[in-house]
Amino acid sequence: MNAPFPLGAHSDALCVQPLSAKTTELVRVVVVGSVDDGKSSLIGRLLYECDGLYDDQIACIRKRSVDGVLDFSLFTDGLLAEREQGITIDVAYRYFSTRERKVIVADTPGHVQYTRNMATGASTADAVVILVDARLGVLAQTRRHAFIAALLGIPHVAVAINKIDLVDDAHAVFARLSAEVRAFTSALGFRSAQAFPVSALRGDNIVHPSPQTPWHDGATILSWLNALPLRAGVDDAPLRFAVQAVLRPTLDYRGYAGTVSAGTVRPGDDVLVMPSGLRTEVAAIDTFDGPKDAVRAPAAVVLRLRDDVDVARGDMIASIERPPQRRSSFDADLVWFGDAPLLTGHRYLLKHTTRRVSAHVEVLRHRYDLETLGTEPASSLAQNDIGRVRLVCSRPLVVDPYTVDRSTGAFILIDRHSNDTVAAGMIAALDDEERDSSWRSDVEAHERSARLGHRGLVFLVDDEGAGRALERRLFDEGAHTALCDDVDDAAVLAGAGLVAVLVARGAQRRCAGREALEQRGVSVVDEDAGWRPR
Amino acid sequence: MSTKDHLDVLEAEAIGILRETTAEMAKPVLLYSIGKDSQVLLHLARKAFHPAALPFPLLHVDTTWKFREMIAFRDAFAARHGLQLLVHTNEAAVREGINPIDSSSQKYTTAMKTQALLQALALHGFDAAFGGARRDEEKSRAKERVFSFRDRLGQWEPRRQRPELWNLWNGRVDEGESMRVFPLSNWTELDVWHYVRRESIPVVPLYFAKVRPVVARNGTLIMVDDERLRLRLGERIEARRVRFRTLGCYPLSGALLSDAATVDDVIAEMSASRVSERQGRLIDHDEEGSMESKKREGYF
Repeated sequence: MNAPFPLGAHSDALCVQPLSAKTTELVRVVVVGSVDDGKSSLIGRLLYECDGLYDDQIACIRKRSVDGVLDFSLFTDGLLAEREQGITIDVAYRYFSTRERKVIVADTPGHVQYTRNMATGASTADAVVILVDARLGVLAQTRRHAFIAALLGIPHVAVAINKIDLVDDAHAVFARLSAEVRAFTSALGFRSAQAFPVSALRGDNIVHPSPQTPWHDGATILSWLNALPLRAGVDDAPLRFAVQAVLRPTLDYRGYAGTVSAGTVRPGDDVLVMPSGLRTEVAAIDTFDGPKDAVRAPAAVVLRLRDDVDVARGDMIASIERPPQRRSSFDADLVWFGDAPLLTGHRYLLKHTTRRVSAHVEVLRHRYDLETLGTEPASSLAQNDIGRVRLVCSRPLVVDPYTVDRSTGAFILIDRHSNDTVAAGMIAALDDEERDSSWRSDVEAHERSARLGHRGLVFLVDDEGAGRALERRLFDEGAHTALCDDVDDAAVLAGAGLVAVLVARGAQRRCAGREALEQRGVSVVDEDAGWRPR
Repeated sequence: MSTKDHLDVLEAEAIGILRETTAEMAKPVLLYSIGKDSQVLLHLARKAFHPAALPFPLLHVDTTWKFREMIAFRDAFAARHGLQLLVHTNEAAVREGINPIDSSSQKYTTAMKTQALLQALALHGFDAAFGGARRDEEKSRAKERVFSFRDRLGQWEPRRQRPELWNLWNGRVDEGESMRVFPLSNWTELDVWHYVRRESIPVVPLYFAKVRPVVARNGTLIMVDDERLRLRLGERIEARRVRFRTLGCYPLSGALLSDAATVDDVIAEMSASRVSERQGRLIDHDEEGSMESKKREGYF
């Protein structure tokens, strides 16, 4: 029979769930290390000592542990395949709370072939714990993990020199390794770096300061997590608000739903609508709980604007003083995930904030050599490779460098055919000037139509067969035509003065396509409208 | 330096996910199980689109064995808020006589939950289904993405999950494929209760202690919710002060002896709890990795 929640046998004063309504901050930490560095044991120990585990879970592990000694690594293996192989394949998320903070731990695989899963866990992290085996010292894998963590913009790093109980003269080993670690972490640009002598097996300096390391300053992984300065600079950052949806519940209400991803916003603030560049003022911040006087990131709200400006999903409402940049080509670092290698010139879908465009890699500048952390020339990127590229997008994005703002500096690439996410991208420092001439054509639309005999426009059709037939008919009637299945392509073709036949399956896609095209000033015609070239 | 409460951060994240799914997917639906997680999810969905109405319907997969109080709560709540509620039952399985008392729990779950859900999704052509599942619930959930891809048969392939970075969700699917979307992925059970309290979200009264008719069976207290629960030899109905930590089909939901009659009591009781939430869910104990196997077949 179920007992009614007996009191915890090993409740710890350091780590109890707050009952009061006091503020508990969220901290996201990713733990990385090579195979057998004791990563799972360290996380298991953190959870166990912070009461992040329940008795039935502990009993289940005790059953599988040898000699009744708890094998902490068993707490974190989730999938059957992982238990079969005894390794971590995919990132797992664990949760525990301290008095000050709720902690989300991303437990990531150590194997080189799972770099992509480490990147998944690292993308949102505030901090990273890198494990080093005290007996083996800093390995190539340690540097690789630190490099990826730095590339993904994690500000704080802790290096856990694990298995400190297994080395002679632990103090000297720790001093040597922490100096070595500090040398390369400072070169990678972390905001803070700290080293800890730990034993995941014994529990040294993870939650409790260890009497075994009197030469250490007493800081633990937990005290470090509790002290991290999480919101440094967050509220002072310039406003970034990507529009997710336009809400029009009644004829006289038009609100923009989205998330304040950086900065603060108040009614009366002057803002910029990007990429159009129109200036307006925030009229109100609406929420389910009523209007707000001010909101700080992160906050999901609805903004209303003073002027009747045209704003659509994918646009950004941003600070006028420190605006983001409008760019349709830029340099970026790519972490390649795809089974198939990166193809220069191939069209991928790019998702950035709430905007989806078509994009291709124009130049692969170099690949990072994860052994030396130097760069090398390359003609492609294979799975788990990281490289610097020049990307060209079919439409401009509203961006910041990733190091300035993760929310406006990050993007993913999607393969059009497999629909897989094939790369994570981080926008590098921006060129001084926008150089996408295609968006500043000197040829006017009326000049094009004067030459071609008709204006550029888009026909929307439901399937490919109908599209082919329609293009044939229009072509035979004298129009300059093209057939495509991508909204961005259609916009570019119509912009060049052609009659583009766009195949979009399903009423919803056609509706969205029409809206996106009209938003960009492209004429859209239904196929039965009887249009004829002049 | 100002702080921001973790519930505010989780709320913003979940609302962002709800809005993004609605913008990117052709036909989403919210899977509504009437439990506390569903109530929180629904509350967040109403917040996400306010002042507009919910842009998607709710779907309840009704096994016909839910607590009567759950069904009453569901209907009253949907009516009060003008929500579009779809209810689906695997009628063929009902006709076959599959039930949670005589059938094996695996067979019952496959027929009445997994198959029923897949039937309903196919029937309405939904390409995205929101669920209230959390990663702290179970080991294989801990590894699941927020946007969890399902193939044409509704199956989950844990070894081929799409990388998921930042909040850049990839909802691209082909015809017949779909996404399960979990806006509460990063919430814990305690977060859910703290949020229920903060937002005054109504939940089914079965979560609160009250004297109820129960029978001790296989080491668990089962509430006798109607006459279909036939007593076995030696069993007798007792009036005990109990509540439920999770709700589902009444013959499969273990009751807890408890005095926690309010949300505050529940939070206090849970903060001291040493037992995981799934302990009271009888269907998860079948075998090691049973949740993973069920999910591969299309279970939520």
